[in-house]
Amino acid sequence: MGVQTGNVLLQIACLLYVSSLAGYLIFLVRQKDRIQKISFYLIALGVGVHLAGTLTLGVTIRSLPVQNLVQSLSMSALALGTMFLYVQYKFNLKMLGLFAALILSITMLAALVLPDTQAPPNDAFKGVWFYCHILMIFAGDAALGLACGAGILYLLQEKGIKARNPGFFFKRLPSLDFLDDVSHACITTGFFLLTLGLVTGFVYAKVLWGHFWRWDFKEVFSMGAWLVYAVLLHLRFYAGWRGRKSAIMTIVGFAIIVFTFLGVNLLLGGHHQEFTK
Amino acid sequence: MPNIILIGINHKTAPVALREKLSFSGEETLAALETLKQHPGIREILIFSTCNRTEILYVASRSGTVDALITFLSGCKRIPPSEFVPALYILRKEEAVRHLFRVAASLDSMMVGEPQILGQIKLAYRTAVKAGTSKVLLNRMMHKAFSVAKKVRKETGIGDNAVSISYAAIELANKIFSNLSTKTVMLLGAGEMAELAVDHLISHNVGQIRVSNRTFENAVALAQRFKGRALGFEERVEALTEVDIIISSTGATDYVITADQVKKAMKKRKYRTLFFIDIAVPRDIDPKINQLSNVYVYDIDDLKTVVASNIQQREQETVKAERFVSEAVIKFRQWLDSLAIVPTIKALNEKMTGIVEMECDKTLSHLPHLAEPDKDAIRRMTRAIATRAIHDPIMFLKHTGGHRDDSLYLNVARQLFNLDMLENQ
Repeated sequence: MGVQTGNVLLQIACLLYVSSLAGYLIFLVRQKDRIQKISFYLIALGVGVHLAGTLTLGVTIRSLPVQNLVQSLSMSALALGTMFLYVQYKFNLKMLGLFAALILSITMLAALVLPDTQAPPNDAFKGVWFYCHILMIFAGDAALGLACGAGILYLLQEKGIKARNPGFFFKRLPSLDFLDDVSHACITTGFFLLTLGLVTGFVYAKVLWGHFWRWDFKEVFSMGAWLVYAVLLHLRFYAGWRGRKSAIMTIVGFAIIVFTFLGVNLLLGGHHQEFTK
Repeated sequence: MPNIILIGINHKTAPVALREKLSFSGEETLAALETLKQHPGIREILIFSTCNRTEILYVASRSGTVDALITFLSGCKRIPPSEFVPALYILRKEEAVRHLFRVAASLDSMMVGEPQILGQIKLAYRTAVKAGTSKVLLNRMMHKAFSVAKKVRKETGIGDNAVSISYAAIELANKIFSNLSTKTVMLLGAGEMAELAVDHLISHNVGQIRVSNRTFENAVALAQRFKGRALGFEERVEALTEVDIIISSTGATDYVITADQVKKAMKKRKYRTLFFIDIAVPRDIDPKINQLSNVYVYDIDDLKTVVASNIQQREQETVKAERFVSEAVIKFRQWLDSLAIVPTIKALNEKMTGIVEMECDKTLSHLPHLAEPDKDAIRRMTRAIATRAIHDPIMFLKHTGGHRDDSLYLNVARQLFNLDMLENQ
């Protein structure tokens, strides 16, 4: 019963995300502030419904609903949506909504289409460390995803200005400095959360298996992604890696994260396998 | 319709060399108006002169005024008529009104939509008012022109895009930097172009200003004017580490900033963005610099391309603006038509008859004991009073005499009796 209610709420959230995406596409062409506002409220409403659905599911199964691929996708979308609401509130980067709505729609549609196999209850997926690990990792990934979105917007704007041919995006996007600032703020936040997520993961692994680190594929790739961002932040600080280079790095970093999230489990295996059955 | 005439030259009909010769400064305009108002054929007159146009708008009370004005121009500016008459356009009545409205709405400008023109026309109008040469017709016409211009600016996208080179440069700077007020601008070269660009930048709240010039004295003078700091010309390369926007307009034949210099400077400034605006011909800034990351170089041709693409977008909005102008011309024409003698007398009569009949009906309804013939007699009497009362004003309007300004008295009459209720919205 609870599962059904939860799933219906998730479907409604998906519908809201898709309609918001449509709104943002119209906004991209027409540039009417009212359309942007409506689209933003649609996402906000979607996140609210999504949260309600996820809570319903969580209460029903008495754990975080990240037991299979569908639930993990939904959880990552929820994290991205929440993070987007915060970033939009803080920076009001209107065009970022297009990126967020696109990712949210794709993720949630994928979650709808994929088979939602019920995993047997597993006591390994409980406890404070586990919850912290999961929530931090998802929130961190979401922030880094938005950094990637701001990075893409940066590259679009930069391309036109560099080519001395300000085109379609010139009027629609804010200044390069601003896009870089948003991207940087997202990276810092994401990196911080990711670090916490990894640390809590180590502790959790130690508690569960007695080892901090087991050379699991997912562990290795997560560490790889963490290193990319660590290097990026370092270079930015000491060698002035800003703007274009930084934007490209955010895209590379996020690609590794997406691969870590999906690719590793689907292609390489490992003990994180359970989450994406 | 009164004889409204506009003669002038603009950037479309005359090269700058000729426009210069025919341009009027503020004082010259005032002096010219004082002279021209003595002319018996000219009732009202206004002159506006900008770098792109010189136009004379006036109301004539007899023929032959165009030739008189050409003679005046030729004498006043010391050019033989044969030199400028081919470039003159002479517009009459509705065409003249339409032209004025289009100019005010910036539809006739070299850069369509540029905002300065309205201010310039307002100034010309104030000068005419001061000289006492703008009366009923021009007053009304100019106010209509201002309101059309405002409407066009507000309701079309015509003013949205960068219109001139310096506007385009500022628009670009705003898309590169998020907050210009924290940025420092360096001027290379202290010429007129540089000055113009900085004027614009300052009105957009740019942070600090540095001026570097080969002749240090000029740098100091310009820096003083903009409350900035002067730098020696040799210091320009060193300054690259601390400035953010460089506007270059030196007369140098070779590049004054090379790619190597910028490369080194970028490292020192930790790759914070640099924006070069090169308005010099031949160019001052090595175009190869644009290939460095976080450095953007726009030369004068690049800026012109930006302006051109903006113009294209603007043209679509022009159609809407032209419609506003047409509407205003029609309304103005209706007002002018009502300013003739016959419609005014008719309106006056109607108003009086209306009042008398209404009052009569009111009173008679309280006097039921009167017989029909008595009532008729009273009605006849009140009508006669009304006719007699307005007889003199009407006779006055009918015989204003050829040498007097009809429109002035008609306008007063219409206002006195409040006959313009429809038009005065």
